[in-house]
Amino acid sequence: MGGAADPPTASPRRDLDDHHHLATRRRPGRRHRPAGPSAARRPRRSLLPYLLLAPAVVLELAIHVIPMLVGAWMSLLELTQFHIRDWSGAPFVGLDNYRVVFDVDSAAGAELLRSFRVTVLYTVLSVGLSWMLGTTAAVLLQRPFRGRAVLRALFLTPYALPVYTAVITWTFLFQRDTGLVNHVLVDQLGLVDEPPFWLIGDNSFVALLIVSIWRTWPFAFLCVMAGLQNIPDELYEAAAMDGAGFWRRLRSVTLPMLRPVNLVLLLVLFLWTFNDFNTPYVLFGGSAPAEADLISLHIYRSSFQTWDFGTGSAMSVVLLLFLLLVTAGYLLLTNRRRNDA
Amino acid sequence: MRETAAERWSRRIVLTLLAGFVLVPLYAMVSSALKPLRDVQGAFTWWPRHPTLQAFVDMWSTVPLGRYLLNSLLVASVAAIFSVSVAIFAAYAVSRYRFRGRQVFSVTVLSTQMFPGILFLLPLFLIYVNLGNATGIALYASRTGLIITYLTFSLPFSIWMLVGYFDSIPRGLDEAAQVDGAGPLRTLFQVVLPAAVPGVVAVTVYAFMTAWGEVLFASVLTNEDSRTLAVGLQGYSTQFNVYWNQVMAASLVVSVPVVAGFLALQRFFVAGLTAGAAK
Repeated sequence: MGGAADPPTASPRRDLDDHHHLATRRRPGRRHRPAGPSAARRPRRSLLPYLLLAPAVVLELAIHVIPMLVGAWMSLLELTQFHIRDWSGAPFVGLDNYRVVFDVDSAAGAELLRSFRVTVLYTVLSVGLSWMLGTTAAVLLQRPFRGRAVLRALFLTPYALPVYTAVITWTFLFQRDTGLVNHVLVDQLGLVDEPPFWLIGDNSFVALLIVSIWRTWPFAFLCVMAGLQNIPDELYEAAAMDGAGFWRRLRSVTLPMLRPVNLVLLLVLFLWTFNDFNTPYVLFGGSAPAEADLISLHIYRSSFQTWDFGTGSAMSVVLLLFLLLVTAGYLLLTNRRRNDA
Repeated sequence: MRETAAERWSRRIVLTLLAGFVLVPLYAMVSSALKPLRDVQGAFTWWPRHPTLQAFVDMWSTVPLGRYLLNSLLVASVAAIFSVSVAIFAAYAVSRYRFRGRQVFSVTVLSTQMFPGILFLLPLFLIYVNLGNATGIALYASRTGLIITYLTFSLPFSIWMLVGYFDSIPRGLDEAAQVDGAGPLRTLFQVVLPAAVPGVVAVTVYAFMTAWGEVLFASVLTNEDSRTLAVGLQGYSTQFNVYWNQVMAASLVVSVPVVAGFLALQRFFVAGLTAGAAK
């Protein structure tokens, strides 16, 4: 990430510098050397760094990399329920599974395309709104006032809550006859006469989106809050001296300084939200209605319902390629703009 | 830089709305946990008319909540401890050494974090099942398999955050220790780690929360004996009845410890993110 020129104002570093001074003071004869990044990295040939990395590498290989390669191989097999017990005997079918995935005339292909569209819309809305709410809250909590600590803790609570308890609570709120949402809409505000269904039909997308934003925006809040701590107060003082109001300060100081944080934050939010499985799985109790059938859940259900792991793997590989493409494009675009600036 | 009245009032209004959005579900969780079953089966009421703690008693027998809780505790703590230990060594290597493959390692590890879980769920499921059939090593439907899986989930972010922390510790400290004759490992344990305690704490909490909240792999890789809360809590809805008051009571009980722990340690978390973000 950029912004390396500005030393972070977080407390740990300040504490550490104090230790540093103590350590050097005890040895008056030693020449004080500035702690640069190169100081300890002597280029010596040693096995030690590899030994230190070995556990992490072995685990990543065993649980992520190898299964992923196996998954790519599986997508080329006819891995249906007849071959799952002994999958070494599954016949090799080349790209047949991919043909099914991309064939929008077949039921499987059409459903996948619909699920993909739903997921794109869901991701754009959820990430955009979560980012806006998170940034708003972080900026409004930037300066001290009474009750700020309480609000900060409250805003972080949805993020700290285990996914399934948060989402299952929303399932309860969205119940048609016994839920809070319809109680407020029908009985208290009188906005609608007939209590609507929230967890089936068109409304299910709205319900899913609300739950997703409720769970996601605190993470944006957390990251933007951390980013704001790296903005030196002098910048705001200078802006205020120039007579800059709230919006002007936001546009000319806060948002440009947050750019490095936002670049990473938006990418991470995009990937998490696009791959979101937990929210629809818990909210709808295992199988989502078509309007809210996100792609991860869709692949999961079509794999375990039909025990056709070959097609499921092909769908996963296509999903991965799509995400890689978007990520690469995003990184290229944002890097070019940084170089132009 | 004084705030105008308009700014102050719009800040208050926006923050109140946000607080309401966050609070309503939390309030409903608490108030419904205090209701008897018949009160959650009728129209919703904001205030519990017949407040009772019965749901907190009944929830243990409707589903084997105690076993789920124990499984979750065991899996999440063991996964967190192992994940952090592995991450400390890896982060130390990345932060303090230049070696061939350092960049490749950092990029690969971070990018696995971003891959869709579904992509390696199917192969991992087949590998665990077949490994069990072939060698008798039970990873499928066992807590061990779940622990190994979860500890890799928190590993990438933990390494990234710890590298940020370690980088902010002056190299002069390492050198001073080495002048005193300390080897690399002693330097790590006696100099670097004590200075990075906040980062280590934040990463441990993160690893625990990751394992405590995971749903997708828990739903596939566990059976009745090794089931964790993430899947077990669904057991309160039967074909005929959903014990909403007990669901809310159980949700409350399994949420309070993690939320309290996270909120107590949040400033370490923010500091860790800041250190990572400053790179």
